[in-house]
Amino acid sequence: MFRNARPGRVASWGRVRAVVLAVVAVLAVVPLSASSCVPGARSAAARPVDRAPHEVRTDPAALGDVTLVVWDQEVRGGQEKQITALNEAFHRRYPNITVRRVARSFADLRDTARLALTGDDPPDVLQVNNGRQDMGAFVRAGLLRPLTGEAAAYGWESRFPQQVLQLCRYPDAGDLLGEGRLHGLPQTGELVGIYYNRAILAELGLTPPRTWAEFDAALATAKRAGRLPIQFGNLDKSTGIHLLGLALHRFVRPEDETALATGRPGASWSTPATEAAARLLVEWVDRGYLPEGFAGVHSDDSWAAFGRGEGLFHVGGSWLVPDLSAAMGDNVGFMLPPSSDGTTGRPVVTGGTGLPFAVSARSRHPDAAAAYLDFITSPEAMTVLARTRNLPATPPKADRPADLLGTVITGWENVTSSGVLVPYLDYATNTAYETIGDSVERLLAKAIPVPMFLEALQADRDADRGGR
Amino acid sequence: MAAGEQRGARRRRPAGPPGEPRRVGYLYLLPALVVHALFLLFPLARGAWISLFDWDGLTLGRWVGWENYRALVADAGLRAAFGHVAVLLVFFSVLPIAVGLVLATALHRTRVRGLAFFRTALFLPQVVAMVVVGVAWRNIYAPNGSLNRALRSVGLDSWATSWLGDADTALVAVGFVGTWVQTGLAVVLFLGGIGRIPHESFEAARLDGAGVVWEFRAVVLPALRAEIGIAATLTTIAALRTFDLVYVMTPLGGPGRSTTVPAYEIYHRAFHSGQVGSAAALGVALTALTFLITMGIARITREERAR
Repeated sequence: MFRNARPGRVASWGRVRAVVLAVVAVLAVVPLSASSCVPGARSAAARPVDRAPHEVRTDPAALGDVTLVVWDQEVRGGQEKQITALNEAFHRRYPNITVRRVARSFADLRDTARLALTGDDPPDVLQVNNGRQDMGAFVRAGLLRPLTGEAAAYGWESRFPQQVLQLCRYPDAGDLLGEGRLHGLPQTGELVGIYYNRAILAELGLTPPRTWAEFDAALATAKRAGRLPIQFGNLDKSTGIHLLGLALHRFVRPEDETALATGRPGASWSTPATEAAARLLVEWVDRGYLPEGFAGVHSDDSWAAFGRGEGLFHVGGSWLVPDLSAAMGDNVGFMLPPSSDGTTGRPVVTGGTGLPFAVSARSRHPDAAAAYLDFITSPEAMTVLARTRNLPATPPKADRPADLLGTVITGWENVTSSGVLVPYLDYATNTAYETIGDSVERLLAKAIPVPMFLEALQADRDADRGGR
Repeated sequence: MAAGEQRGARRRRPAGPPGEPRRVGYLYLLPALVVHALFLLFPLARGAWISLFDWDGLTLGRWVGWENYRALVADAGLRAAFGHVAVLLVFFSVLPIAVGLVLATALHRTRVRGLAFFRTALFLPQVVAMVVVGVAWRNIYAPNGSLNRALRSVGLDSWATSWLGDADTALVAVGFVGTWVQTGLAVVLFLGGIGRIPHESFEAARLDGAGVVWEFRAVVLPALRAEIGIAATLTTIAALRTFDLVYVMTPLGGPGRSTTVPAYEIYHRAFHSGQVGSAAALGVALTALTFLITMGIARITREERAR
């Protein structure tokens, strides 16, 4: 292309003028022809209504030939294995239903879900990112089918712990996670805990800390011994949010923390408890508990460094289990955040579910879609999930893995049965992920003091009140 | 031009001078224009139309007229984003052209062995996907990465820093990668241009007693005007639409939002925060800006050619 671009061949004004004329012509014509075509006009259909339990046909074999289009993001290692196995099993049991799977990475699925759901030919079932800016917005726009009738017909309410189902409930306004009707089902659980390096812990003469005081002592001991207390990398600003969550667990009442995470009216960031949590993060920086230059290290590189034995603790999600157990074998342990008195009775943990599977409001096969959701979250499916090294949302009693995954599964059971599962802090508003990520990054860099940090989070919360 | 051809043209169009475009020319443009209109102009117009609405991409849009554009101007964060692009312009465009001119002249003068190798090596970054470039440089800039290790090994410990994690250095660090990528393009373009300069011009300059600098100014620079124009256009567009480097190297716009750029903001608003109308307005503004700047560059190089 460079060869052609010799003097004299660069766009002549005649041609430029023609293009400009064409642009003007198109600009003039399009609005006229499209004046009825307000963006979103086609997707603004009637809101889907609940069906009564008896209207739901729960015998998939009697539905005739159906092709079910399913979009999922179960593309990594064990995820791919479980969904492939379950899809095959589903088709074996109900040969009349063919699952046409469209697999995308998380980012791809998230970026195309809006267009897919509002398009002419939406998928029947798709995994939607939880939180207000995605699942909440889809519910608000009436693009997802409420599943109250299906839940009653299949008995989903008793299959899952309430804390788990909560995370798929949205009111029609799409704003308050945990209230309103069920709009999806998760296959897996997620929780953010503390990984520790067994060898370093033993070398320092310590046991896994059960109280916050023991945790503080472990950090100090590691620092004195020249070991990195907490492995951490915040270039992508995603792990800073988890660190803040951990600090909040220590000072803020679980109910208040949940209110902050889900953007409840009246939830406040300006309290002595939240201030104490923010100060704790600054203290960790001041005492050198975090690695040097953490702001320039990607979270993926930081857990990889922890896997190589750099650091006593790493605050991270259960999604790291496959990678960390591959890198460290038996040398890695996992614990839930400590408590103030050392009891494990009511653990408070940040967590949630894997991306819920939801049914498009315009699916022509709602019964087959519901049957599919039922199948991939059934007790048999949970066994498959555990066997393929995922964290099942409702873990099976038998066949428990004995390694790191087993520890995480037990932790998940404790939290969902008797503890408090605090949703991710960024579920609160449309912009919470960016605001909290930015603010924590600046707080840790000492670019803003604690009061300003809390003000920024409060401002994001307040700006969102009333919704867009 | 053949005499018969001239006569024919005169017979049909007695008014115009020979060589002036005739209307039939538009017919030749038509196929390309149709494709262009379908895949470029229509989406552009549709984007401009959407930019006049408050729309979340899901529910019915609400007509707001110029409000989205007014909000763009009022948004301090966005003004900063355009400021970052101005900095990137220096790194993506000005520096590569300056370095490219020096390198191309040097490579041409010294007649190095294995010129083809150097040319390929310099051009290689252009061929590699930007995402790969971003990941590679992320590792180089890491606190324990090769850049800091190199600095420490020569005793410059105090210079070592968390390049991408520091609000003061992140933008420059990203910009430098742009220089690394674009310099190869400039060098290859300029080498081709220098190669076409008749040998006599250099000889004449040398006979007149011109040194390296004078020869560069009198012979090389004027002959390379077109190439400089092309390099400036391509690198400027690359700078204005920077997205992948920022997305990979400094997710969420870097420490303290110090590296966020308009293209990243468009992506974020359209796909994540449900502000499709605002994203479209920003897209139209960025398109207009790019159009104006590249038109300006084309204009300048054209006028200078008509010397």
